[in-house]
Amino acid sequence: MTKKQKKMMGRIAAAGVLFVALQFAPLEGVWKLGASLGIYLIVAYDILIKSAKGILAGQLLDENFLMAVASLGAFALGVCDGSGDFNEAIAVILFYQTGELFQSCAVSKSRRSITALMDIRPDYAHAERDGQLDTVSPDEVPIGSIIVVQPGEKVPLDGIVEQSDSTLDTSALTGESVPRAVHPGGEVMSGCINLRSPLRIRTTREFGDSTVTKILQLMQEATSRKSKSEQFITKFARIYTPIVCGAALLLALLPPVVLLTLGHPAEWTTWLYRALIFLVISCPCALVLSIPLSFFAGIGGAGRAGILIKGSHFMETLARAQVAVFDKTGTLTRGVFEVVAAHHSPYSLQELLQLAAAAESSSSHPISASLRQACTHPLPSTDIGDMQELQGLGVIAGVKGLRVAVGNEKLMVQEGAEALPCHCVGTIVHIAIDHRYAGHILISDSLKATSARALAELKAMGIRKTVMLTGDNQRTAEAVARELALDEVHCELLPAHKVAEVEQLMRSNVGHLFFVGDGVNDAPVLARADVGIAMGGLGSDAAIEAADVVIMDDDPARIPLAIHIARKCMRIVRQNIVFALSTKFSCLALGALGLANMWFAIFADVGVLVLCVLNAIRALRVPAS
Amino acid sequence: MKKNYEIEVDCANCAAKMEQVTKEVSGVKEAVINFILQRLTVEFEEGVDTQVVMTAVVKACKKVEPDCEIVC
Repeated sequence: MTKKQKKMMGRIAAAGVLFVALQFAPLEGVWKLGASLGIYLIVAYDILIKSAKGILAGQLLDENFLMAVASLGAFALGVCDGSGDFNEAIAVILFYQTGELFQSCAVSKSRRSITALMDIRPDYAHAERDGQLDTVSPDEVPIGSIIVVQPGEKVPLDGIVEQSDSTLDTSALTGESVPRAVHPGGEVMSGCINLRSPLRIRTTREFGDSTVTKILQLMQEATSRKSKSEQFITKFARIYTPIVCGAALLLALLPPVVLLTLGHPAEWTTWLYRALIFLVISCPCALVLSIPLSFFAGIGGAGRAGILIKGSHFMETLARAQVAVFDKTGTLTRGVFEVVAAHHSPYSLQELLQLAAAAESSSSHPISASLRQACTHPLPSTDIGDMQELQGLGVIAGVKGLRVAVGNEKLMVQEGAEALPCHCVGTIVHIAIDHRYAGHILISDSLKATSARALAELKAMGIRKTVMLTGDNQRTAEAVARELALDEVHCELLPAHKVAEVEQLMRSNVGHLFFVGDGVNDAPVLARADVGIAMGGLGSDAAIEAADVVIMDDDPARIPLAIHIARKCMRIVRQNIVFALSTKFSCLALGALGLANMWFAIFADVGVLVLCVLNAIRALRVPAS
Repeated sequence: MKKNYEIEVDCANCAAKMEQVTKEVSGVKEAVINFILQRLTVEFEEGVDTQVVMTAVVKACKKVEPDCEIVC
């Protein structure tokens, strides 16, 4: 509880005790009025002050003003009709203040529990200074310092590992539950938790620029951007509050006046009481709070699953998306070229690789690199003789006394070897040994393990159209599209063409569209799409900058998860709007008709708020992927 | 120029009111209150004295919600 809340509780308790005591005190007339007024002031003075300030500021129709009018009115009634009964006035204000206190506690508690869950900020760093370890605040550590992170502690700053191997729990940043191994020379990101052994790290960034600070800033900015539902509610509250307050005032004044003019007793107390109940019910806080809170919880929950949604309006659009557009390389495929197989060869794959890798040993071409990488037992350099690189053809080298030619079909023709075509999709490297064809090696970019599942899930979720845009050739693109059962594929595109294709799709009115890309080459497309999703954002500022949603690791399965989170969040928002409004309006009607008492009113106010807040917090829970 | 201020306000509707009046203060280009983080973000017009503007913001907010605090 905050200081303010504690003080309020003290006042309520004091006034409550005195109020009970008053019932048994043998006080009469002026003394009773004085004692009642005293108790009343203990519990209500702030309302009176606020309403006085409100009058001065020209803000007549707010809760404080009406509360003050209503309770003072009840006092006046007690004096006028000579009954000397001031209990009603005190009880009402006691109830009201209790309700407000309860509400304030519920709100601050839920707020704290959400912010605590999102807080991945490290509190301290063990920095080495003059050979001694000092525990300091992370923002006091300059770049290039040595810090030590013990097992179980958060890495406070980005840096490079100087000493020892360990494993890191990156789940707070990426949502990935499998720990990541780190070795000396490897990069570590702040916000990860060290699991195994103490790490010595040389820092490469100041705290203000470190990963954890950036992510926190993004989350905070994300939750400050207002969605359409939120704007609607704010506008609604702006109109609703004065109307309801005006209605309460009318309810307090109009019926008694009408009754009086008709010659009946005015029943001021009854109508005041009803107006008061009406007023307590009407507080729009349940709506005004629960909508942003739902989005906040949704963004927080997604963040914990390694999905950074940069604003609640993207949450809205993502929940309604109908078209999924993907980039191929690095998004659906791993973007790494790997040796898949060897065909039509008298040699085994490893034997062939040994020869090819040796021939390509000094080439810097990416294909050579993947050949060398796949070769498990490379030949010693003494086995490799003179080497000749032929531009646009390949390489010819002497390996163990053999003439090994590695390259494309043209090179085979030149060597007098008859190359056999490959029925598979990918890059083909032909090999001829001593002018005789020795088969070919197939190198291709492989699909990510979860791509097919992710696309099947998207379809099952009701995404109407899945499209792939790629700069790759038709054959490769179509093979990938077939394997993943994509609806449409556009190939051999330059980045500018991708923008045009996305615009075309957006014009076709199928529905909202999201584009998933790697964030580095696809920035213009990410910016153009209704929602741009960047993969592998962790550590890439460009991706975080360009996209609306950032998937921290590069797992495509997080895309259906992101949509699932967005839809759940929107469902909760809708539930809260409908629930709060319908309960409010029906309770208001009951209050006006005199069918609701003060307890009922407090339920309608605080209870609805608490239920909406609890419902909002559900958005924080994310199913395990 | 954008600046963040810590605030203390109890009810969400009051926060919405404060945001509204802050936007209307001269020298303020845009204002957003994040009720959950209890944070007010003010974007100032070019070349204004932020101190002066913030004094006016605090005054305007106190008018609609006497119970609020803004840490400047």
